[in-house]
Amino acid sequence: MSHEPTEPGTEADHDDLVISDDPRPMRPSSPILDVVIRAEFQVLLVVSLYLLFAGHNQPGGGFIGGLVAAAAFTTRYVAGGAAELRRSLRVPSSVLLGVGLLVAVGTALVLLADGGAFLEHRLLKATLPVIGEVKTTTALFFDIGVFLVVVGVIVSILEALGAPTEDDR
Amino acid sequence: MVVALVGRHLGTRVFWLAGVAPLVTVVYAAFAGVRLRDDGAWTEAYSWVPELGLAIDFRLDQFSLLLVVLVGVIGVFVFGYAASYFHEGPEVPRTAAVLLAFAGSMLGLVMSDNVLLMFGFWELTSITSFLLVGTNDEMPSARSAALHALLVTGGGGLAMLGGLVLIGQAAGTYSLSEIVAAPPSGTTVSVGVGLVLLGALTKSAQVPFHSWLPGAMAAPTPISAYLHSATMVKAGVFLVARFSPAFATLGVWRWMVLGAGTASLLLGGYRALRQHDIKLVLAYGTISQLGLLMILFGAGTEETALAGCVLLLAHAAFKASLFLTVGIVDHQTHTRDLRSLSGLGRRWPIVAGAAALAAASMAGIPPLFGFIAKEYALKGYLEPNAPAHIAILTAIVVGSMFTVAYSARFLWGAFGPAEDHGPDGTTVGADAAHPSALFAGAPVVLGVIGLVLGVAPMLADPLVGGGLEALGYGDGSVSLHLWSGFNAALGLSALVIAGGAVLFLARRRVERVQEAMPHVPSALLVYERSLAGLLQGSGRLTAITQSGSLPVYLAVIVLTAVVAPLVPLLSVGGPEVWPSWVDSPLQVVLAVIVVVTALSAAFAHRRFVAVLFLGAAGYAVVGLFLVQGAPDLALTQVLVETLSIVAFVLVLRHLPERFAPTRVPLRRVLPAAMGVLVAAFVFVFLITASGVRDTDLTAGGASAASSAGDATLSEEFLARAEVEANGRNVVNVVLVDFRGFDTMGEITVIVVAALGIVALVAAGRRRPDGTGDGEGGDGDDDGLSHPVPVDQSVDVPEPGSAKVESGGVG
Repeated sequence: MSHEPTEPGTEADHDDLVISDDPRPMRPSSPILDVVIRAEFQVLLVVSLYLLFAGHNQPGGGFIGGLVAAAAFTTRYVAGGAAELRRSLRVPSSVLLGVGLLVAVGTALVLLADGGAFLEHRLLKATLPVIGEVKTTTALFFDIGVFLVVVGVIVSILEALGAPTEDDR
Repeated sequence: MVVALVGRHLGTRVFWLAGVAPLVTVVYAAFAGVRLRDDGAWTEAYSWVPELGLAIDFRLDQFSLLLVVLVGVIGVFVFGYAASYFHEGPEVPRTAAVLLAFAGSMLGLVMSDNVLLMFGFWELTSITSFLLVGTNDEMPSARSAALHALLVTGGGGLAMLGGLVLIGQAAGTYSLSEIVAAPPSGTTVSVGVGLVLLGALTKSAQVPFHSWLPGAMAAPTPISAYLHSATMVKAGVFLVARFSPAFATLGVWRWMVLGAGTASLLLGGYRALRQHDIKLVLAYGTISQLGLLMILFGAGTEETALAGCVLLLAHAAFKASLFLTVGIVDHQTHTRDLRSLSGLGRRWPIVAGAAALAAASMAGIPPLFGFIAKEYALKGYLEPNAPAHIAILTAIVVGSMFTVAYSARFLWGAFGPAEDHGPDGTTVGADAAHPSALFAGAPVVLGVIGLVLGVAPMLADPLVGGGLEALGYGDGSVSLHLWSGFNAALGLSALVIAGGAVLFLARRRVERVQEAMPHVPSALLVYERSLAGLLQGSGRLTAITQSGSLPVYLAVIVLTAVVAPLVPLLSVGGPEVWPSWVDSPLQVVLAVIVVVTALSAAFAHRRFVAVLFLGAAGYAVVGLFLVQGAPDLALTQVLVETLSIVAFVLVLRHLPERFAPTRVPLRRVLPAAMGVLVAAFVFVFLITASGVRDTDLTAGGASAASSAGDATLSEEFLARAEVEANGRNVVNVVLVDFRGFDTMGEITVIVVAALGIVALVAAGRRRPDGTGDGEGGDGDDDGLSHPVPVDQSVDVPEPGSAKVESGGVG
């Protein structure tokens, strides 16, 4: 599935992973890993969204959901390096960070403007076409902000640490 | 923002667009003025962080209105004028937007009722002033002047924040109107008032903090006219006026306000007589006038406050007019040196006439509005109830003589014939182009306003009377008179004008005397010295605290974590209830795994192996969480461990494969001892914390919160979660709702941490590129270039594990 040409003979043991001369040290040569990761990527993302939305009543929440989503992107990174990461996530990580903070702070401000105290959440009810009546709180929006920030932080760390350095050249 | 975006297409016409905002303000103020006479004050309140007493409370009373009118009216003129003053350029929309942002913050400042909110606006005006002074950011002098202004006013602002908190705590409220209505007293309050005054004095450029104002003249002239004479520098005066009914009798107030005000009045006037740059003449004149305003509002009597209100209006009109005139002169002739300028008066009779009106108003010559202000000022200090009235009256008389003299110097220098030719022996002005009618309009109208208000002062009656009433003096009815009969004040006025005229006519001799006077170290020099000292001192401090050695940093962090909570821990004593050691056999297995893997990690020789063992230990802990019934925690831990290992592997690429072997026994023993110490401490801490759940120590550890059942705090959260927050997952409810503010702080912190990591890694990468490939070769720089990636091995897991901690604790 990977359209990147795989270089033969980079089969490496752990030590080569640690101090490698390969500019893309995380590239595995195994197409099996590639395919598996491609397959589970979407599943992980869906799970992360489930955790995000279920978080208020079952195990989950913004932090955990964000971590799962970040893990999904990390697997892509492990499979294909920084290029693969950029392909899987079209948005720059800094945008995720900014938008996440904005959503979280915005939630708080909207609540404030609505006459409540800072971060005093409200209960929301809506009737959706297929699903029927849905109950949630405004805390969900705050959680979405947290989710985005967590993904942004981890992806930006990956990008920063994973970029080729002078050691790689 | 709109202004900045649209501005690119409008060129300098952007100022017309921006000018709409102050115009709206003026119209609003006019309507408000009529209504406020009946209502007293309008308030608008939102709570923000009630725990800190922070609220978004706006209160528009008639004294605020006075300032609002100033900001609005002068704003309209300045924006209209700026459209002609600025040349097309990329910085123009930015300047317009920042100028508008300033106007907004200034309005916020004068209308906020919560002192903390006011502080926020106060700082905003400092920052916008910084940006505006540094408009010509390619000139080093403009940049340093901007920095100077920011440091002085920002430092004063910081002191003020401390003072406001002290006063607010003593008063039990952060509402400005409530503090003034029922002022607290005591030593704390005196200290607080002193600190607040420090802020007010720095903002209003009072001696000895005045030196930033002449420097700030590096700003384009419309900005000087708006910020540095008419509005922003009045913020300090505004604050003094607000607080004077409450605190004017305090000793610290008397000394600081009246002392600094008198010194500024005299020194500013004296210095203005020595300047050759007409803009600097005005700048020192502003310091002098602000000193007078301080004295008037600081005295705390009705008469002086009345004079203060009048002078506030008069000063804004004449000073803005004069500054804008300077802008025209500068714009058309490209010089501001009064020795070079010649014959402009004959070429531009209208501009010169308006400037003459404004200067005469500044000098206090009848029948102009400035004369009325001066009359009332003298009258106020002739009253025996004014503090130290004889001494200050003398200072006002002398200071006003200086004012008359430098007003004449300004006018004669700018518009009269050249006297001794410029520094380069040339004169300028005989062939200066005429300014357009639009360009000259603003200063001319402002100059005429001074005359109109002087002849018909009753026009200002409602504004001044209302302002006085809002401050707490009088009943709102005031009738200003140009002519109030033959009295002592009139005599003094005549004396002032005569003295000023003598000073002006004998200006050669005065200049010579000034040259001969011993030079006191100028405030500018003091500022430069202290800035240099500050930089040097902080450099040394950084060298001590930031040694660049990662082990030392780690040791400091770890030991602090052990020592700091020790005191409360010891005071609590042992746990009341020991938790049971084992709940299920599975725990034993898991615990053994944790111990074994942790020990293996500690004894591993290769970094990668150590990381793998650490990960294994982490997963075993996940098992423990699951057994205890904390799925959230377990889930988080799994993810954090996984991602940490990936991050570790990325970092390990930069490190040697094996740990550096060491033969020094101390270097092996010390870290081990530290590790054991921390482990022992955490163990005791968690046991104790879970044993004494009902105290504050509950905020101890992650596992503690989920392990024991008899937790009062946990039970409270459990009980409230579904009822109040409609959530059955208590951990999540705690995170996003009960402790949402903490979470907000946390995500902010991790965002900053992520940005820091990116920047550090980028910096570490760029450096070897710049200095060639000699990796670690150049000894001293090595401290910066190579260990940078090392830092991440500590930083990376930190945000993650911090989340685990807080997730459970709530």
